[in-house]
This record gives sequence, structure tokens and C-alpha cells, in this order.
Amino acid sequence: MFFNALIIALREIRRNLTRAILTVLGVVIGVAAVITMVTLGRGATEMVKSQISNLGSNLLVLRPGQGWGGGGAPLFSKADVRAIEDQVPGIKYMAPLARGVAPAVFLQNVRITDIQGTTPIYFEIANWKIQSGRFFEQADLIEGAPVCVIGETIRKELFGKEDAIGKKIRLRNTSVLVIGTTLPKGQGGWGDDLDDNIIMPITTLQRRLNGQLSNQNIDQVMISGKSDYPSANVVADISSLMRERRGLKANELDNFSVSDTRQIADAVSSSTAVMTSLLGAVAGVSLLVGGIGIMNIMLVSVTERTREIGIRLAIGARAREVLLQFLVEAITLSCVGGVTGIILAYGLCISLAKVVGAPFLFDLKINLLAFVFSAVIGIIFGFMPACRAAGLDPIEALRHE
Amino acid sequence: MSSDSLIELSGITKTYGKGDAEFKALSGIDLSISKGEFVAVMGPSGSGKSTLMNLLGCLDTSTGGTYRFQGIPIENLSKDQRSLIRRHSLGFIFQGFNLLARTSALENVELPLLYRGYSRKQRHERAREALASVGIADKEINTPAELSGGQQQRVAIARAIVTEPGTLFADEPTGNLDSKTTVEIMNLLCRLNTERGISVIMVTHEDDVATYAKRIVRVRDGLIESDIQTP
Repeated sequence: MFFNALIIALREIRRNLTRAILTVLGVVIGVAAVITMVTLGRGATEMVKSQISNLGSNLLVLRPGQGWGGGGAPLFSKADVRAIEDQVPGIKYMAPLARGVAPAVFLQNVRITDIQGTTPIYFEIANWKIQSGRFFEQADLIEGAPVCVIGETIRKELFGKEDAIGKKIRLRNTSVLVIGTTLPKGQGGWGDDLDDNIIMPITTLQRRLNGQLSNQNIDQVMISGKSDYPSANVVADISSLMRERRGLKANELDNFSVSDTRQIADAVSSSTAVMTSLLGAVAGVSLLVGGIGIMNIMLVSVTERTREIGIRLAIGARAREVLLQFLVEAITLSCVGGVTGIILAYGLCISLAKVVGAPFLFDLKINLLAFVFSAVIGIIFGFMPACRAAGLDPIEALRHE
Repeated sequence: MSSDSLIELSGITKTYGKGDAEFKALSGIDLSISKGEFVAVMGPSGSGKSTLMNLLGCLDTSTGGTYRFQGIPIENLSKDQRSLIRRHSLGFIFQGFNLLARTSALENVELPLLYRGYSRKQRHERAREALASVGIADKEINTPAELSGGQQQRVAIARAIVTEPGTLFADEPTGNLDSKTTVEIMNLLCRLNTERGISVIMVTHEDDVATYAKRIVRVRDGLIESDIQTP
């Protein structure tokens, strides 16, 4: 009986191909829209999260001044760094960071770039990985050795296909040996190129490039908190210590700031999560519209189909055989539509993921949800009119106009 | 009741609607038809002849009286059981042909066999035989829209006889056909009656069509007016 129903259902689909295609189209659009939007949204969220974790996890940054510029505010001194290290609990590592900008020259290649002077622990804090060669060490730091580690962008610009390790680059009038290259991090959360930098011991930078103009020559302090210690406490302790050291009065604002990457990460990922659910809601509406499309097609064809049911009943089909046929038809169309929708969504996701720059992440749950929802709509609206018609006496169904 | 009794009706009534809108289509019909008969049911429109036909064909149920088909009381049967009687014992021909649109003649004819669970090979064989016996073996791939009225009615007849039913019900089988085709279709029905012994019960309002039958039952206002054997 089921096999017969399948034959009959497939014949009915074949002879009403246009109707079948329109029905399937409703499902396809609904499924594809939901899956595409949610997948891309999740991809974007993941991308933002991974960019932030590139900066270093559980990372606090002490900067001069408030906000981004910090212009005019005093920098930090070695004594500040030591005081924080001694007096603030919950700190795992910390590294001072001094900056300079200089053209880096190798043979005829030149690139003006950001130079960071720091201590070896910085590589750990900021989550840098070695690509070739080595990071500089404590000994290099102490003697102010003219060595550096370069980012991927610099390496490409200056050396191209050549091996950079052991070569000397010139920064102003100092020659520096390249001892390592870092694995690329890609873009930062604000679209900046994280690999466009040269990292060297802070002593080297200060003695040979920037000159030791004052004691307060540390641009940033990078602090890695202990993972089981609340970072908010560390932020508060650093703030009160620095206020004390700088003798700020109660009515004066901080002339420094402490930012917490975890807070930034949480804020950014929660806002992208909101975007994802918003996209999901929009996609849900398109699924609903697709469902209404299916419903319309099914209801419009009900007159013709009622006569068909009448004919089938008159030549001796039982109501349940007719119903089974309609059920098989509805399931077939819905499934074909659902699968096509998923395939279409894949195509869209993969091509759009490139445009958006977000990674493509497969999410079984949303695939299933979209598929089941559209299939259920297709089946209900394909089946409901048939249920009513099959309950009629054959002669009434035949008379249906 | 003799053993070759096909249809036994007694006191059959059929009422449509309720209350003021109540309309009595049949008001007490007694009729018996034996196997192998060719009966024409005649009457003006609104006389109740089509209602009677639908009851006889188990397409509809009566509101009163008893109907025995081959000794089986139809009133006691469920919808599905009536479906099975239609499937195994009855064939139908309608005025409007009632073929499935956009479906080839062959598939239309084999439809009843599909519900009987025949294999693909058997279905094709028997459907082709049926199409050949009504004289349109060459039209099996054509859809109803590509066939003339006469050819469509032949497909419908082929569909009705493909299961080799004992009884054929024809509701105004020539109502939509011209006079030449009418003659062809009626000759075909006569042949099925005489050569295969199929009982034919036909509703018509045309006298010249009715003359093909061996017996004419006239219905008026829901009652049998006359019941005569044709000469």
C-alpha cells in the first residue's frame, strides 16, 4: 500500500510540476534564508572572538591618559612598573612596552613601521607564536642587544622569499639582527594589521633608538592577570595605586586608564550575538513567508485536487489510501525543498563568508530546525485540504467546483 | 431472491438538506435488477435518476430503505467497505469523463489496477488490452486534453472495464458527445453487455440512447413511473 502511494504521489508531482516547483520554492527560500543568516552571524561572532583572543587572553593594558589618544598625559616609569608588580595581587606576568616609529631598511627595501620595545614575557602575554628563529631572552634584555623579532608583514616587505633570520636591518643609524619571525595574527579587532611590527628588547629601543630622555618612557604596561583572580579587582588596585603614586586628588580624574580585553571581548561578542539573533528573527520571518507561500499553492489547487480525490474514491480507492498519497506528496516536496534549501544555503554561506570575511561554521542545530519547521508547514498544508476532501462522499468530491 | 439477482432495492429514500430546505430526491424506490441486464434509467432533470444512480453505484448513501448488492446490505457497510465494492465489482462512466488531467490514457486506465496492487507489467498489459478493446490502442500516451470527447469517453470506458467488473454504471455517458460518437459509444456498451455479460446500468434523458437498453426504468419526482422491457 505504501509503495503504491509512492508511485501515485510521484506521478501526481510529475504531472503538476509547476505546482510542485512553486511549493518547493517556498521551502527552499525559507530554509536557505534562515541557515544563511544564522550561519553568517555566528561566523562573524566567532571571528570577533578569535580576533580578541589574538590580543592575548585575560589581558589588562595600562595606558596614559583617558580614552584612545592619551595625548599629553605622563607616561609610566620603571618604578611604576615595579610598584605595580610588588603591590597588586592577581598578576601573573607584566611587560612594559615602549614604542618608536622608524623606517626599517634591508638592502633597497624600506618600510616605516611600529617598533615595540619590551621584555621577553611580552610574547607570552600578547599571545605571539614563533614562526622561525627565536624570541629574544633575558640576557638580550640586560645587555640591550641589537636583536629583533619581526612580524609577517615586515618580513614579506623587506625579505620577500628570502630567509630573514640572521640578516641585519637598519633602523635609523642602528643595525639590528633579525633573530625570529612571528606567526601571522591577521587583522586586529579594529582592522589594524597586527603583523606590521618589530619587537625588540626595551633596553635596546631606549638606548639606541629613542634615547633615554626621562625616566618616564614606558608607553604602555601589558598585564596578564591570573585566570582564577577577578580582573576587575586587578583593575581597581592598579587604579588606586597609580592615583596614589601620582598624588591625584579626589576631585581629579585619572590621567591613565586600565582596559580589560575580557570586558571588550564580552561586550563585542554580546553585541554580535544580538545581531545574530536579529538576523535569525528576520530569517524566521522569511521562513514564515515561505510557509504561507506553500499554504497558498496548496489551497489554490484544492478544487482540482478535490475532483481528483473524487475520481480516485469512485474507482475504489479507500480514503486512507488517498490520504497516504497526499502525505507522501507533501513529505516528498518538503524534503526536496529542505535539502535544496540547505544546499543553497551552503553555496550562499561559502561565497558570502568570503565577502564578509567571516569563517564558515556548520551548525547542525539550525539546519535541523529550519528543515523540520518548513517540512512541518509543507506537510500540514499539503495534507489538511486532502483530509477534508477524503472525508467526503465520492460523489460530493466529484461535484466540487 | 434468485441467485442471479444483482440489485435489490426496497423503499429507498434520499433526502437532502434539513428543515424548511429539506428536499426529497427519492421518495421510496423498489427495484430489482438481475445479472447481465442492460437497464436505462430515464427521467427529466430533477427526477432523481442521478441520485438513484449514485446510490446504486455505492457512491452515495440512502437516508432510508434497504439496498442489497449481490445480496450484501450496503447500508451496513463503512465508507472503506463501499470503496472495496467499487474497486472489485463496479465500473463507472461519467458524463464529464472524469479522467485525471495531464495524465496519459494508459496511466488513467491502469489507475484502478494500481489500487488493486497489480505489478507494473500486469497493469500495462491489461490497460493496453482494455484500450485495444475500446478501439484506441494507438492513443495510450495521449493526455485527455489531446483527445476528442469520444476518445476521452473510450478511455473512461477502458478504465471502467480494465478490472473486469460485473457491473458498469454509466451516468449520461453520451451527454457530451455528438450523435455519431454517441452511436459508437452505445454500440461499445452493448457489445460489453452481450459479449462479456457485464450488467450495464445507464442513466440518460435521451430516448434514442435509451433504446439501446433491454429495459427502461422511468423515474419522475423520486418515484418509479414505469418499468418496461424494450422490444
